[in-house]
Amino acid sequence: MALAVFVLIGLIGYELAKGARASMHQFGWHFLVSTDWDPVNDVYGALPYIFGTLVSSILALIIAVPISVGTAVYLTELAPHWLRQPLIMFIELLAAIPSVILGFWGFFVMVPWLHKYLAPSLEKTLGFLPFFKGHNYGPCMLAAGVILAIMIVPIITSVSREILRSVPGLQREAAYALGATRWEVTRIAVLSYAKKGIFGAIILGLGRALGETMAVTMVIGNSPYIGSSLFKPAQTLASIIANEFNEAPPVGLYVSALFELGLVLLGVTVLVNIFAQLLLKTFAGPSVKPQP
Amino acid sequence: MQSTPAHSFLSAAPALTVRKLSIYFGQNKVLKEVSIDVSAKAVTAIIGPSGCGKSTFLRALNRMHELTPEARMDGEIRLFGEDIYARHVEPVIVRRRVGMVFQKSNPFPTMSIAENVTVGLRLNGLRDRKLLAERTEESLQMAALWNEVKDRLNAPAISLSGGQQQRLCIARALAVRPEVLLMDEPASALDPLATQKIEDLIIDLKKDYTIVIVTHNMQQAARISDFTAFFYLGNLVEFGQTAKIFTNPANKQTEDYVTGRFG
Amino acid sequence: MTAPNHKWRKFKSGFMQVIAFGCAILVLLPLVLVFEHTISQGFSSINWDFFTKLPKAVGETGGGMANAIVGTFILIGEAALVGVPIGVLGGVYLSEYGGSRLNWWIRFAADVLNGVPSITWGIVVYALLVVPMHGPSALAGGIVLGMMMVPLIMRTTEEVLQLVPGGYREASLALGITKWQTIVQIVLRTALKGIVTGVLLAVARVAGETAPLLFTAFGNLGWTHSLKEPVAAMPLVIFNYAISPYEDWHRVAWAGAFVLLMLMLTINISVRFLTRDRFSRIQAEVIKRHPNN
Repeated sequence: MALAVFVLIGLIGYELAKGARASMHQFGWHFLVSTDWDPVNDVYGALPYIFGTLVSSILALIIAVPISVGTAVYLTELAPHWLRQPLIMFIELLAAIPSVILGFWGFFVMVPWLHKYLAPSLEKTLGFLPFFKGHNYGPCMLAAGVILAIMIVPIITSVSREILRSVPGLQREAAYALGATRWEVTRIAVLSYAKKGIFGAIILGLGRALGETMAVTMVIGNSPYIGSSLFKPAQTLASIIANEFNEAPPVGLYVSALFELGLVLLGVTVLVNIFAQLLLKTFAGPSVKPQP
Repeated sequence: MQSTPAHSFLSAAPALTVRKLSIYFGQNKVLKEVSIDVSAKAVTAIIGPSGCGKSTFLRALNRMHELTPEARMDGEIRLFGEDIYARHVEPVIVRRRVGMVFQKSNPFPTMSIAENVTVGLRLNGLRDRKLLAERTEESLQMAALWNEVKDRLNAPAISLSGGQQQRLCIARALAVRPEVLLMDEPASALDPLATQKIEDLIIDLKKDYTIVIVTHNMQQAARISDFTAFFYLGNLVEFGQTAKIFTNPANKQTEDYVTGRFG
Repeated sequence: MTAPNHKWRKFKSGFMQVIAFGCAILVLLPLVLVFEHTISQGFSSINWDFFTKLPKAVGETGGGMANAIVGTFILIGEAALVGVPIGVLGGVYLSEYGGSRLNWWIRFAADVLNGVPSITWGIVVYALLVVPMHGPSALAGGIVLGMMMVPLIMRTTEEVLQLVPGGYREASLALGITKWQTIVQIVLRTALKGIVTGVLLAVARVAGETAPLLFTAFGNLGWTHSLKEPVAAMPLVIFNYAISPYEDWHRVAWAGAFVLLMLMLTINISVRFLTRDRFSRIQAEVIKRHPNN
């Protein structure tokens, strides 16, 4: 039964490769760098979707990482003890919100707010940056980044929290005994000890962001885009599959190209996840065991 | 010469005066009205069976016990006359003046040997490289580690052996030039040879430092300390010159303990 | 006795504490906003019809998602039939049998599987079942969710079994009881609560899934009479209604979101009550570590 995991992995790889064969045969490696996506003429390329996936996920990390690590530090080092369990429970609840509900809320509440308040003020103050140029008309890359950030904050926070908790108390005491303030203890004894593990937590969050589908589909605007502005609608690998898979005829290049997008998405997320797992598995903290 | 109270043995001003110190963990009174004068530039050993409150006593001397949730204290501790629990005094400053070495060595694993030594100084805002290098050498010399590590100051601290790591921790504590050094069973995790080195070091250090050491090992207390305090069940049973405690204790419990009849 | 930079250090420490506290508040903000909005929008749209009636066409008022509620439970049931036995037995194998080298790889593979995007699962099962069966079906929808549960349950079961003290096993084996009986009678029984917790959390996770159902369960406007027919599910209906242009449908979608959210809340809170003991608390920690959405 345990071997079922290998069967499942094999199945996923095999089915995707089989489905994508026609497209791979037709376009070769060019598929990855082409920007065409034209079902009428049966020409397909993945670049705008790869771009959208990467940019929205990186944006999510930029927003989520400081908040998550800050929260994890607060939960393990600073918060009063009575407050810790309730906070943890709420963060778990945030993780439990189904993606589709978050997307629904994002589309009807967050996107209008971004459009009305955040985007204009960003445009006014930081408009000289290429990221905030142009007008925002609602769903956009920025919205996807924010919604993804909301989704990955709980995972990065809870994994980081476990990592921080595994830092030996003696490390903290060593710093306290030198007359370090609370923040200094956190910085020199806790964070520097745990940085590899926290990096693993962040990569795990990235893996999740890359493959996230529903919430992103609902707020990103779904129009292929490559460019610097975060105010423009864009599209990701997952969101185009969600949008177009049912439209494609069950045989032919169109569906095959969509399978190939799935294969690309799988490859990227699996690589990222393997990296994250390796980081987390090898993190036992830098060993303090004396050398013989 | 004026008469000194029973708990005082030196006419010179003591480094630490502890009066009626009680520590509670929640409802638990783990230390009961302890009064001691800790002599300056001498080694004071704290002995007693496990759970007698000796570690708690030590940690109260630099307010480390406050890190335990629900810990509470009563009484007074003065460091060279200054009340370290006075309202305006912050634990951070107390701990800078009263250094501590722990049972298990705990160098910062992400820092080099030199960085470990200077971390306290750097926290205090010392940036001058030359000065930092001088203090590194000085502290490592004092901790009798200099000769072993002078060629690899930038090697990670965890590349050292257990005994060396513990001496590095002592150097780290000494680098900020504390007025008192507390040691919580500093040699209990080490082999006899490394223990020997630490003991020699302690005897050497008392020329300049006031040392309070908690130990399980009575021979160790007898070898290195000038004064010994025997704790039992949160009470200070007896306190006096080490020679007297070990050869002619006034209290029956103390006698039983130092002769190995219990504990 | 004050170091020269003491005030600055104290300020910095206080400042960073405020920042960290601010981060925690910022994390809670979306939770509060989503709950607030879903409850305020959903609660007012909810009524008896919602639970008992089929969806109505655009323009007609009323209508509910009775079929989707039933559909979600059908899918969860199927998923549990697939995922629980394989997951639990796999976990037993990992914990009680197997060489450490092979087990390392199995664990690793399970962790990687946990990171496979849900939309990918959807198209894989589409190719695997929907194409050969000439159409989406409740069967395909249940199986895809079940497959997603397997690695999740396997890892949590394993970790909870590892918490059963080795002494129990030895005591039982020493009495001449066979290994398999020992596992069933002693090990599984001791860890039962933890395993149930793990299963519950895995159910909660897949019950809210939408992406893998898009091409497998597909959705259905009416009742589903056989597992070979497409089936409606609450997340699917919420999605389809949410992206529709009709105000009425949005209201029904909010009502659905409200019910789904309450379902999640109930499972999570009951799990919290179940996890008072050590076994199951670890279980919950493990689940959290394996996102799957």
